[in-house]
Amino acid sequence: MSRIRALAGSTWGRVALGAVLVALAACLPLLALDIPGVLPGPTYTPGTLAVLAYALIIAALALSYHLVFGVAGLLSFGHAMFFAAGAYGLGVLLRLLAPTGIPSEAVFLLAIVLTLVLALVVGTLAGSLALRVTGISFAMVTLAFAQAANVLIRRNVGGLTGGEEGVTLLVDVVPPGLVGVVNTRSLYWLALAILVIAYLVCVWVERSRLGHVVAAARENELRVTVLGIRPYRARLVVFALAAVLAAVAGLGFMLLQSSATPRISASDFTLTLLVIVVLGGVGYRWGAIVGGVVYTLLDQRLSALASSPAIAGLPDVLRIPLSEPLFLLGMLFVLVVMFAPGGIVGIAHRATRPRRRRREDEREDGRPAVMSDMEASTHGS
Amino acid sequence: MSAVLEVRGLSARIAGQQVVEDVAFDVAAQGVTALLGRNGVGKSSTIKALLGILERTGEVVFDGTRIDRMLTHRIVQRGIAYVPEDREVFGSLTVAENLRLAERDGTHRDAVARLFPELDERAAQQAGTLSGGQQQMVSLARALMNDNRLLLVDEPTKGLAPRIVGDVTRALRDAAERTPMLLVEQNLQVVRDLAHTVVVLSGGRVVHTGPAAEFLDSPLVHRHLGVAGAEEAA
Amino acid sequence: MSTLLLLLITGVGLGALYFLVASGLSLIYGLMGVLNFAHGSFLTLAGFLGWEVGRRVGDGTWGGLLAGMLVGLVVGALVAAVTELVFIRRLYQRHIEQVLVTVGLGLATVALFEGIWGTDPIRIAKPAWLGGTTDVLGASVPNDRWLLIGAAAVVLGLIVLFLRATPYGLVIRAGVENRTMVTALGIDVRRAFTVVFAIGGAAAGLGGVLASVYYGQVSAHQGTSLLIYAFIVTVIGGLGSLAGAAVASVLVAVIQQLANFYLGGTGDLAVVLALAAVLLVRPRGLLGKAAAR
Ligand SMILES: Nc1ncnc2c1ncn2[C@@H]1O[C@H](COP(=O)(O)OP(=O)(O)OP(=O)(O)O)[C@@H](O)[C@H]1O
Ligand SMILES: [Mg+2]
Repeated sequence: MSRIRALAGSTWGRVALGAVLVALAACLPLLALDIPGVLPGPTYTPGTLAVLAYALIIAALALSYHLVFGVAGLLSFGHAMFFAAGAYGLGVLLRLLAPTGIPSEAVFLLAIVLTLVLALVVGTLAGSLALRVTGISFAMVTLAFAQAANVLIRRNVGGLTGGEEGVTLLVDVVPPGLVGVVNTRSLYWLALAILVIAYLVCVWVERSRLGHVVAAARENELRVTVLGIRPYRARLVVFALAAVLAAVAGLGFMLLQSSATPRISASDFTLTLLVIVVLGGVGYRWGAIVGGVVYTLLDQRLSALASSPAIAGLPDVLRIPLSEPLFLLGMLFVLVVMFAPGGIVGIAHRATRPRRRRREDEREDGRPAVMSDMEASTHGS
Repeated sequence: MSAVLEVRGLSARIAGQQVVEDVAFDVAAQGVTALLGRNGVGKSSTIKALLGILERTGEVVFDGTRIDRMLTHRIVQRGIAYVPEDREVFGSLTVAENLRLAERDGTHRDAVARLFPELDERAAQQAGTLSGGQQQMVSLARALMNDNRLLLVDEPTKGLAPRIVGDVTRALRDAAERTPMLLVEQNLQVVRDLAHTVVVLSGGRVVHTGPAAEFLDSPLVHRHLGVAGAEEAA
Repeated sequence: MSTLLLLLITGVGLGALYFLVASGLSLIYGLMGVLNFAHGSFLTLAGFLGWEVGRRVGDGTWGGLLAGMLVGLVVGALVAAVTELVFIRRLYQRHIEQVLVTVGLGLATVALFEGIWGTDPIRIAKPAWLGGTTDVLGASVPNDRWLLIGAAAVVLGLIVLFLRATPYGLVIRAGVENRTMVTALGIDVRRAFTVVFAIGGAAAGLGGVLASVYYGQVSAHQGTSLLIYAFIVTVIGGLGSLAGAAVASVLVAVIQQLANFYLGGTGDLAVVLALAAVLLVRPRGLLGKAAAR
């Protein structure tokens, strides 16, 4: 344990550790690892791989939200909009471009590029408006934008989004290696790649001047402004970047699930993201990943539990709450916020690190700095 | 002289920035102790930390009881009244409502009414529409109307006309005869009139403690308080 | 002309419903700085329980409806007060966590309601008169709008009376302006927190029962969908301003009705655009104070 800790201390150690973890994750489809109660079956089976791939996609999405919430301290209630832009963008563009006679490989690539451009444009536009206000007003504007997007998608505007039915993936123009149950393995690797990309982008942003500016502005906007730096632009860049990352996760989602429904653009979905990030640990990159994976697996397992005969035999007072995964996850989240505000990673940090080496950005009670910072910014003193 | 309030190792932060750092001093059980320092050194923050308005660490003993972990309203209920730096009257409430809200035991209500007859005349006026001086009277009246054991008064003469400064000083001297007081004040004449002891802050720390007159006549005034002290000395 | 009149009156009716939800949200935010995402669940729970009691007292009768409204008021107040005492109070002065907890409660309770009452909306019966219309200068106004408008007006009046004439009301008005100074006068402002939660919950609870009359059904998601409009109303009116919430409720609902009728069902979008416009031009909302303390 102490050796791992020493390893994790140095930069190269961390890179090595990361590489090993990624390699391990990449090997999973080749192994027959079975963790009863956690995974639905052995890791090489398509069913299990699909669940794991979905968890990785959600983790990548949570990482993109981490940039907005955990790093920049912006409580956005509209992040799902960008995920939906990625998923719907790909689905719709494939359908629009397929009949044009362009070769299918080109259609696929073009659709991806255009989807990302779309996300960048929407992210920049929404951000440039929303960031003109701060605190709770910012949260409300983003909520409203996402609500508008949700309404547009549900209404099937222009006959593109398929209304409540949603959009399915046009498999003819998708590379054959990414289609069908037999290729779940490649989709899993794709999801892993997306997660790694999201992680690297996060590291890069957090270490860059941009990341330092938004973090400093989160802690004390006044001090940053006094230095002659306008946090608005830095925040906008981070917001737009996170939007594109979310869209990348959305692309992965579309390829993996082969369809998208308006659910992924609803405000509830963003709230779920918030739950994931807080559950994992606000402000920690690993928190977003752990939260995304744990939440997805829990959700999956709890749903399986709900339909099990063991639950069906219980009296109503127990059966009803136990057969609603979202109820259990919601209450778990409430408990975490109340009693372990640092989330899973926060608990791990407190358990494994000696007191005096505790992270700078965590206070005595384990409350993440982001939360107190945001308070100061939303309410003055 | 015994102390009514003992402060040890008090620290407080605002937005991640340390504004009060390991401060220690006593407030005497009688008369006025003045808390001095240049603009922005953390005088107001120290008082807010004592009251628990700012989150703080350290030890604060009031009349033999630790109050450094108590919620603000409990501290106040123990008999500590607060006159904040910018009056902080409730602008949308009437003068009467402001006073009603502040009344705990109301022991000195009539005395305060005699002290500030103007407030009676303007009882139905919205406090937000009062002049600065009148608002300061409301703020003082809120603190003085109850039977307190300590007064924390932050720059009561800030921005007031000289005639009103005199009124306020008189009211404070009256109050200090019954109740010990910690006073933050930039006007050194007022400090000279009221305080027997000074505690001087610099950079969030205590740099000097001693008898008021001695301090005010020494070159330390200039060193610790800057221009204001120089003028006073001239 | 009669169409416009009809749209205006029905708009005010819908606005009355929004107000019942938004008034509590606004008071709670004004005093505590907490945006209460669980508010929709107060409404939904009251809607279900009001319906359960109402149909037993007399399905589709005035007696049943009145019993339901009473139950809605009480359930809303109780559940809200308990929420404040159990979940919010422990996180005193930690606004972000308080908001997060209400988010969690909102998500969890909707799932629970689905578990108990199912995912499909339940159709409800209402007194015959409420299903009819009244002729106003040629416009046939559905009668349930009068009930909504009347109830919202009474609630508004009672809240104003409470704020003006009671000691708690005084503490709440002062606290909305400057919470810190209230505590610095030796007042336990947390008690006022419980009171505003209870008041807001009662209004939302009544709103829940009336919403089921308005929509002719009750469902687990009723509160959540109304909550988003109530948020928009609260922000447009100015967070913390009761008068603002009242004005904005009517404004938002009327805009929504007009856009739905004249601009091809774009009411939702019009509302969102109105929100964006107000926030960008006047970030504190129509009647909001310059800045929170
Ligand atoms: N809300 C805030 N956000 C950031 N910094 C703050 C805030 N309030 C106070 N400060 C900083 O804390 C420090 C101490 O402030 P404080 O008000 O305690 O000083 P002071 O000694 O009372 O000054 P003055 O004589 O001007 O009243 C100052 O440097 C100030 O800039
Ligand atoms: Mg000061």
